[in-house]
Amino acid sequence: MLSNLGNILLLGSILITLSIIYFAYQNIKEKNILIGKNLVYLSFFQITFIISSFLLLIFAFVFSDFSLLAVYQNSHTAKPIFYKIAGVWGNHEGSLLLWVNIMVIFSFLFFLFNYKFNKNYSLNTLLVQNILILGFLIFLISNSNPFFKILPIPSEGLGLNPILQDPALAIHPPLLYLGFVGSSIYFSAAMAAILSNSNGKNFASSIKVWVLISWSFQSLGIIVGSIWAYYELGWGGFWFWDPVENASLIPWFCMTALAHSVLVLEKRNYLYNWVLILSIITFISSVTGTFLVRSGILNSVHTFANDPARGMYILIFLSLMIFFSFVIFFKRKINDNFYLEPISKETFILSNNWFMMFYLATVFIGTIYPIFTQVLYDTKISVGPPFYNSVIAPIIIPFLIMMAIGPRLNWIKQKYNDFKSLIFILILSCVINFLIFSFLKSYNLLSNLIIISSLFLILYSLKDFIINSKTKSYYNLPSFLSHTGFGVLMLFIILNHNFSKEYDLNIKVGETKKIDNIEIKFEDLKIEKRENYNAIIGNFNILDLKKNYRKNLNPEIRIYNNPQTLTFESAIKTNLQQDLYLTMSNIDGSDFYNVKFQIKPFMLWIWLAALLTASGGLLRTFLKK
Amino acid sequence: MKISFPKIISISLVVFVLIVFFLALNIDKRYSTEKIVGKSVDDFEIKFLNNKEVFKKQDLTNDKYHLINIWASWCLPCRKEHPILMTLKKENKLKIIGINFKDKKLNANNFLRELGNPYDFSLSDKDGTKSILFGVYGIPESILIDKKHKIISKFIGPLNVKDSKDILQLVNEK
Amino acid sequence: MKNKFIIILFYIFFIEPSAAEINNLESKIFKNLRCIVCQGQSIAESNSDFAQTIKIVVRDKIDQGDNEKEIYEFLAEKYGEWIIYKPKFNYVNSLLWFSPYIVLVFGGLLIFKYLRRGKH
Repeated sequence: MLSNLGNILLLGSILITLSIIYFAYQNIKEKNILIGKNLVYLSFFQITFIISSFLLLIFAFVFSDFSLLAVYQNSHTAKPIFYKIAGVWGNHEGSLLLWVNIMVIFSFLFFLFNYKFNKNYSLNTLLVQNILILGFLIFLISNSNPFFKILPIPSEGLGLNPILQDPALAIHPPLLYLGFVGSSIYFSAAMAAILSNSNGKNFASSIKVWVLISWSFQSLGIIVGSIWAYYELGWGGFWFWDPVENASLIPWFCMTALAHSVLVLEKRNYLYNWVLILSIITFISSVTGTFLVRSGILNSVHTFANDPARGMYILIFLSLMIFFSFVIFFKRKINDNFYLEPISKETFILSNNWFMMFYLATVFIGTIYPIFTQVLYDTKISVGPPFYNSVIAPIIIPFLIMMAIGPRLNWIKQKYNDFKSLIFILILSCVINFLIFSFLKSYNLLSNLIIISSLFLILYSLKDFIINSKTKSYYNLPSFLSHTGFGVLMLFIILNHNFSKEYDLNIKVGETKKIDNIEIKFEDLKIEKRENYNAIIGNFNILDLKKNYRKNLNPEIRIYNNPQTLTFESAIKTNLQQDLYLTMSNIDGSDFYNVKFQIKPFMLWIWLAALLTASGGLLRTFLKK
Repeated sequence: MKISFPKIISISLVVFVLIVFFLALNIDKRYSTEKIVGKSVDDFEIKFLNNKEVFKKQDLTNDKYHLINIWASWCLPCRKEHPILMTLKKENKLKIIGINFKDKKLNANNFLRELGNPYDFSLSDKDGTKSILFGVYGIPESILIDKKHKIISKFIGPLNVKDSKDILQLVNEK
Repeated sequence: MKNKFIIILFYIFFIEPSAAEINNLESKIFKNLRCIVCQGQSIAESNSDFAQTIKIVVRDKIDQGDNEKEIYEFLAEKYGEWIIYKPKFNYVNSLLWFSPYIVLVFGGLLIFKYLRRGKH
């Protein structure tokens, strides 16, 4: 019953999408200046149908309708309601439906905002976007149908992987999808701008807000994902350069570059070709990332249900998309003709793009290189954190410096006469760096330079903001927040990286171990029955003899019933200075427990700084000049 | 369409990447340590299970094949492959070396008493570090070594009837 | 006076790695090894049996006086290049190490081209 209704809604959506494509095409050919009312109605039907299908799936999960395969495989009656809902997008089929939903919603809103201004451009965007939507709808219904039936109807579901039952991970996919699936709209808009010979400035102002929205959500999605990894994986880190993480970072680099260069196009009508390229590759890189993650051709922490047929479909879709966007883009014969003054806002924005492309290239090549060596040389290699750190870290230094100076410059041309304060702030940064060093002991040369440059960025932005706040409006607030936030983020990441401490020991109940100035006492162990799992809770007492504090930490080993899984929950005590982080795991066939105790400085600040960076994008979206 | 240098470069790069992706879809991604096959055995010294002496690489004879089997009493698949090892024991061109992996001596001996002892040499690797020399990552694993002490085959997981046929075939070649 | 100032500046800029770095060799190696029986974890992060064993082997090797490179070579011979997170620089991996910098240089030249145009 539910399955039939769902299928009808999906088929209906396909029919509506087809008719939108047809009518949009007809409408473009007509000389009529007005956009046919039927397209507005159709778009409205489309969004109604697709959202209804999504709500229906949520309904099925909430009421545990196991006649649907997706519900049976990913849910369980004993699961808390929150995770029943999160289970909707915690699997391949449901997440793809969410994907299509976001494409349709963005399409609808973009159309609503733009159709009055430029007929041809809006219609072409609608046309291209709906071709994309059609592609994903066909994928959904042919190979990943969330409304697939099973008979006989099972009485109980298999449950959701407990490691995914976490509030951060529940909201992580929707945030991320709003980011990189949202980028489809400016892919379509870029195609449309070429097809309809749209003016560069108009194109820039119509996509700007969508770039900012997708950038902000992509950033938030990445942050929430990192927080989840930190809390849930129990390894003490928050970024592992895992292929799945990289797949979300690559579009983020594109979006960041685009969010900056679109300003140049809007203000100066420069870089039109480049902005078009960025708009196109953002969505292409999103789909490529999805291909890498879902096809299972990479080894990764996050295991989606892998299926070569899915990989094949996405890859064919991707190839077609690339092919047609190339053809359309190369049809455009207009070359941008412009020149830039070395010291101008344009040049510095371009240098942002330059660094972004470097980071993008590094992460992309690092992610796919193992596939290449395997296919071409039959050797399997790993490209892990040490590679990315050693390639990317040095290039962060000039990036931070440029990022500090760029926003202070004017458009077109400026005689730079702020050398006095520049030198002063540079020296101040060095002095603070020295103070941090002497206070916290050692770190290495590269860390020194990154800390100095991030301090430079923070101080320069602060100084400028204080001066500006006396005279001007708060229009620069968003970029101030994002840039300063990023500086703070880098600063604390490097400090955290250098001053984290880690102790690894095997310990029995009742024992006390002392390493350096830390005394770790394993007080006791108790077992508790909870809603859908049993917990073995350890009670540890940490005594720091030097700093003289005492803390209790309670890590858990959880035994989930459906499906039967063992998870290790870290115990974390957060304060302004540092996190105490402890995980324990049982050692088979012995009374000892393996305990990892970590002291991680400034974790809270890392999260706050990252949120501050993302908040700049959101603020800019809603702040009118 | 005008053909220009950047166009050609970018198109061929993208086509190349896509082709590699297509090829990669059909490759077996499972990890295997078969890379170790063809290499000569490193020098090793491993204690016997039941006495204090050590077995060295030099103790491998030049006239026989050796099958190194890594096992433990706590490992269920080891129990499954044991009958196969018992039949391989009958082949006199082959010596079987058992390395008892991260196990208790008592349990190991009980296991052998219960199911029979197929090993010509019974060695013990209490902390698992010696087995690293043979590229072990999960037991049971078995490694076949020829007369020149070269690794000629590696079996991950429990030996089955087909593996045992393969081993006998390799051992009886010429 | 001026000299002193330069020396102080020099110190502020270039604080060199200390003895702590050398003690970290062990943990540096652990972080650069993949726990091949786990899902995307390093030996340092993993609690698995395999990781515990590799840790012992690495410690033994360090005690025997093997350097970092020798340890990687030993493990790569047994488990393949797959076990090392930082791919070594060789013919096969040369593009991995070079191409990011090619992009960097190329991008720089491209921007420079546009700047030059302004001077004419």
